[in-house]
Amino acid sequence: MYVAVKGGEQAITRSLQLLAEARRGDLATPELTLDQIRQQLRLGVARVMQEGSLYDEELAAMAIRQAAGDMLEAIFLLRAYRTTLPRFGYTQPLDTNAMRVHRRVSGTFKDVPGGQVLGPTYDYTQRLLEFESTAPVEPIEATEPLPDAMPRVLDLLDAEALIERIDAGGDPEPIDLTREPLMFPADRATRLQNLARGDEGFLLGMAYSTQRGYAESHPFAGEIRMGEVDVLICPEELGFTIEIGSITLTECQMINQFHGGNGLPPQFTRGYGLCMGEGERKAMSMALVDRTLRCDELGEPSYAPAQNQEFVLSHSDNVEASGFVQHLKLPHYVDFQAELSLLRTLSAQHAHRAKDEEAATQETSS
Amino acid sequence: MDTPTHLARAQWMSLLAQAEPAELAQAMESLTPPAAATTWLRPPQTGLYMLRGRVGGTGPQFNLGEVSVTRCSVQIGERIGHAWVRGSNSHHAELAACADALLQDAGQQPQLQAQVLEPLRHSLDQRRATASRKAAASKVEFFTVVRGE
Repeated sequence: MYVAVKGGEQAITRSLQLLAEARRGDLATPELTLDQIRQQLRLGVARVMQEGSLYDEELAAMAIRQAAGDMLEAIFLLRAYRTTLPRFGYTQPLDTNAMRVHRRVSGTFKDVPGGQVLGPTYDYTQRLLEFESTAPVEPIEATEPLPDAMPRVLDLLDAEALIERIDAGGDPEPIDLTREPLMFPADRATRLQNLARGDEGFLLGMAYSTQRGYAESHPFAGEIRMGEVDVLICPEELGFTIEIGSITLTECQMINQFHGGNGLPPQFTRGYGLCMGEGERKAMSMALVDRTLRCDELGEPSYAPAQNQEFVLSHSDNVEASGFVQHLKLPHYVDFQAELSLLRTLSAQHAHRAKDEEAATQETSS
Repeated sequence: MDTPTHLARAQWMSLLAQAEPAELAQAMESLTPPAAATTWLRPPQTGLYMLRGRVGGTGPQFNLGEVSVTRCSVQIGERIGHAWVRGSNSHHAELAACADALLQDAGQQPQLQAQVLEPLRHSLDQRRATASRKAAASKVEFFTVVRGE
């Protein structure tokens, strides 16, 4: 427990001045513009949007600049800002099948209809620091564009019905964790909302643990795609559906070996990851953790941390986690005084007891 | 008064929302009615829509996270124009709402089609085709190497 303290206003004001000065750095160096951040730090912007749970490149860039590049602080700023905005409604479900693909790869099928498209990826860079920044070469354009919509690899190549199919099943209204508390057991849609907002580092660690043996996981990256998807809404004022723009999304379909159980035949099951912007590591981690959290549904033995939904979902949010860890900096003076006084008593008792024992030993030996 | 079919209106509203704000502003420059002739029933307001995804791409819906959206409504003459555009650019929403109102007027529609919608459609198609051709250039053929060959 922490207590309210008075005073320190002047010190706080000066601390804020120091922060502003440190953030800005040398005034002779131009300040970063939002366009520079949006364009040249786009992957950072994507992460702040996804974990800040608000798709707005401008606001995310502003948050990154204000937070001096501290992504978790920027995410916190964006989360705080979103609470000031009214909620207009829910979009139509995003149709990732109709994605205008910029990248699409499969780790399971070599020849996928439409082809594998590498797009802009760090995968084939040599990770050598470039000491000189050089203007990029204008990319080559193919004579033919890609097909308008690329069907999902898994839907297409499952002629033998060995890959699980997921249908909408009555299309129930999903729980919205921005409105309702997280309750256990959480259904898959609720878990996916939690994971989508979840910290990339935490999910990466969880996903990694499943691969290293802390769960039943034999995953393959069935398909990863990144590109633009239209956002559709159906406002009451109109009564028909319109596009309001498009956003960049990354989608990952993992497939996992499954020997059958809980009345289900042996088949490949799926884990699903979806995130805003280019976020392949996040989407893949999310898909692995999503699949692992299906252990109860699939009747798999559950023993690993990544299979425990209460453990995973309660600790995935970096705004909550950061708040609780960092609150230890707040004044705990009364708590600590109480503990200190208790410890003094215990210590005195211990010393007293030792002295008594020593006296007793001397008596017996003499 | 002709009422445009919902399909046609949905198409132009979508196009106006997908347009680059600067291009829309340029196309609408000579067409925006004077302030005295426009009544803002709902001035631009930025808020949030919750983005919905589907489990596995095809399954039940889930909430992915929110997206900022700016909406506004304008009355020009007898016609009411609405706009919802992604992001927080108020001017984009205002221009789109004005264009929506004007497009409902059969008398003005041909001019707007030619001067606004067609150039915007062309520009959008161009941008998408260029991005797609660039991506297509990185299409890869992986060959499985047979061991011992």
